[in-house]
Amino acid sequence: MKLTLNVWRQPASQAPGKLETYTLDGVGPDMSFLEMFDMLNEQLTLEGKEPVAFSHDCREGICGSCAMMINGQAHGPWKGAATCQLHMRAFKDGDIITVEPWRASPFPVVKDLVVNRGSFDRIIQAGGYISVNTGGARDANEILIGKDVLDEAMDSAACIGCGACVAACPNASASLFTGAKISHLGHLPQGQPERDKRALAMVEQMDLEGFGHCTLAGECQEACPKEISIDVIKRMNRDYLVASAKRQEPRAAVGSG
Amino acid sequence: MLDLNPKIPSGPLESKWDQHKFSMKLVNPANKRKHHVIVVGAGLAGASAAATMSELGYNVSCFVFHDSPRRAHSIAAQGGINAAKNYQNDGDSVRRLFYDTIKGGDFRAREANVYRLAQVSVNIIDQCVAQGVPFAREYGGLLANRSFGGAQVSRTFYARGQTGQQLLLGAYSALEKQVAAKKVQMHTFEEMLDLVVVDGHARGIVTRNLLTGKITSHAADAVVLATGGYGNVFYLSTNAMYSNVTASWRAHKKGAAFANPCYTQIHPTCIPVHGEHQSKLTLMSESLRNDGRIWVPLKRGDNRPPAQIPEAERDYFLERKYPSFGNLAPRDIASRAAKEACDDGRGVGPGGLGVYLDFAESIKRLGRQTIAERYGNLFDMYQRITDENPYEQPMRIYPAVHYTMGGLWVDYNLMSTVPGLHVAGEANFSDHGANRLGASALMQGLADGYFVLPYTIGDYLAGTKLPKVDTSHAAFAEAEGAVRAQQNKFLSIKGKRTVDSFHKELGKIMWEYCGMARDRAGLTKALELIPQLKEEFWSNVNVPGSGDSLNQSLEKAGRVADFIELGELMCRDALNREESCGGHFRTEYQEEGEAKRNDDDYAYVAAWEYAGEGKTPILNKEPLVYENVHLSTRSYK
Repeated sequence: MKLTLNVWRQPASQAPGKLETYTLDGVGPDMSFLEMFDMLNEQLTLEGKEPVAFSHDCREGICGSCAMMINGQAHGPWKGAATCQLHMRAFKDGDIITVEPWRASPFPVVKDLVVNRGSFDRIIQAGGYISVNTGGARDANEILIGKDVLDEAMDSAACIGCGACVAACPNASASLFTGAKISHLGHLPQGQPERDKRALAMVEQMDLEGFGHCTLAGECQEACPKEISIDVIKRMNRDYLVASAKRQEPRAAVGSG
Repeated sequence: MLDLNPKIPSGPLESKWDQHKFSMKLVNPANKRKHHVIVVGAGLAGASAAATMSELGYNVSCFVFHDSPRRAHSIAAQGGINAAKNYQNDGDSVRRLFYDTIKGGDFRAREANVYRLAQVSVNIIDQCVAQGVPFAREYGGLLANRSFGGAQVSRTFYARGQTGQQLLLGAYSALEKQVAAKKVQMHTFEEMLDLVVVDGHARGIVTRNLLTGKITSHAADAVVLATGGYGNVFYLSTNAMYSNVTASWRAHKKGAAFANPCYTQIHPTCIPVHGEHQSKLTLMSESLRNDGRIWVPLKRGDNRPPAQIPEAERDYFLERKYPSFGNLAPRDIASRAAKEACDDGRGVGPGGLGVYLDFAESIKRLGRQTIAERYGNLFDMYQRITDENPYEQPMRIYPAVHYTMGGLWVDYNLMSTVPGLHVAGEANFSDHGANRLGASALMQGLADGYFVLPYTIGDYLAGTKLPKVDTSHAAFAEAEGAVRAQQNKFLSIKGKRTVDSFHKELGKIMWEYCGMARDRAGLTKALELIPQLKEEFWSNVNVPGSGDSLNQSLEKAGRVADFIELGELMCRDALNREESCGGHFRTEYQEEGEAKRNDDDYAYVAAWEYAGEGKTPILNKEPLVYENVHLSTRSYK
């Protein structure tokens, strides 16, 4: 099939960007969206132009690198799929496709379609872990976790950190990402000691990074390639509220000495 | 010649590691922070090593070319991680895991390393659970296990089909915890382009910042490479697209021996190639082989839809040829059997390069719900890629390049032939021998990072007098200069071919002549073709753009240049090894269709030494000594 592509080109973070139009012929229905981009880039290189910079790596929907707004939708039209899992059979001959980078100020554009998602790492650094050093862990089966609870933890843990939730959100909120981690660890017995501290610190870091507030628009769960439910945001809000309330309570006096 | 002393501790196999841990020198806690260790790569091995060493008190810098350490290719492993817990009471033990791994590797791995791997496997699970890794559980709350590729006991722990992801996120969270505590300096978007050696010791690296193009030097007391495997030398593979050999290859050129480069694991359960523009191959977890039956039509060219081929006209070739292991035969055996069926004209799907993986019987026996619970995400993924519904018709699968067992040579302490340069995970050659069993790569990556390197590096630092070296040393300026010169060279060639076109051409040569089966004539041919390709690359490649900003073509050019040189070494190694073993199948050496190993002449690690540009590399041999297992013919019949 023959396609017309409007692709966001921006040479550097601080440089102005604009949509450039390219035509591409001979695209097959079994090709992935990124393979279509490889084809475009081969064509551009041979024409003496600079290829389009885009993020990608595993190309099987798990590393979370690929990130494109395709006709205004994060990761394109297929539900529950990252851009790398989108196949060209989703389009038809003669289609015009507009491709842009994730748009959110905490994800600055690096070049063309590549954005920097380092803000996500900093949210994790704020408390998205269990403080345990290597060595000396007790036997894994001494911690009992019911299958249902574990399954819920796993549903949240499936987040790939791609940032589609932020890109899809009208407020550029990172609540689905942050909520997923809080929910993953909050479901597990191992995550309880730091549960309050984690919720406070991660939510506060999310605000510091400049992500917007959640207004329950629900676009995040629609865009999420792992179909993480907006329920994780409820969980995050509850944990945050409980932790905030506890923070305001005076601490019980402890004995001196 | 190189000194290939494997430094295996003396004493009985069972107590070597404990004894060694006791005899290793310790660094005083107060002195640990005076030592600076560089870790390159943040996958399972790199992230776990960086996190653990910083917890111990060392000053750690970690480098990764991704935007975040969470994106390392370890994240893509699906099936599981082995551990000799014997939770299922089916007769597993450290000894059995050790034996299975040695045998699975076709008796080409070092006994002591493999035994240690089996020992610490038990601690890995405990560590990961403590970190919050959500391994599957039974209703009673205990951990669930399954059997996995090549194993007859259920020792594999898993987190749906996303085990690698969950293990990596565990290691990543440990790493981020240390970054937050300012104990690890994390450098993202930074690619290692050279190793710096001072007075024979690894003392630092040179990197390029992918965003700014800035080339910088970083000094340290020890360097860890945990940069993964080189399967992308074949262009099409199950590896992530950025996976490459550059860090290892540049270290090789600085003196680190490259061991067993020809050992490539071909994974049997991948989605077949669909067209010319394909960029990578997608692996389907081999846990599918627990419930799927593999078959092809009995008759050649039978292109009826699978449902119309009656039972009597199907060949369940793995069950027929290997009755005791059946569909769970090890990867090299299952892959070769599929290739044979297709070479015989009985392959299915477009181009005839595919075999069926059929769930009809399991769905009938267990119900669709159970199958969906076990493999749902894999079935969805298959359907998305192929537009076929695997609940209703069998999947089509074909072998694809997956894992490379070769890598930089390391001793028992995971130190390369360059003192101070340690190598972990897939980047080193150890533990898997000539083949890798399922669920063992994750195990090795984490064993190296959490439980081996943090101790052995301490021993190196405590036992070595290292003069103070910083980046003002001439060796850094020299290495930086070489890196800059190479970047400028790529940008100045302005030829007519794209970087990818060279990569694809190399891949075709490698797959054709050094792939699932090799022979003398083909390898000799490849050794003529690759130098020609190299020459053309360096005179006709087109790298657009500049070196002072993000330039993905420039990044790829460096990696492809290294793949071309490595490809040549792989063919040389394959030609030298006149036997068939594990993932290395020389068609001249077989017996009744099975691989024929030659222990008398080839029970050694081939460690290649770089001899200089245009010179033939030197083969060094580390003899493999088997004191605890009997070198038997591997039979899965």
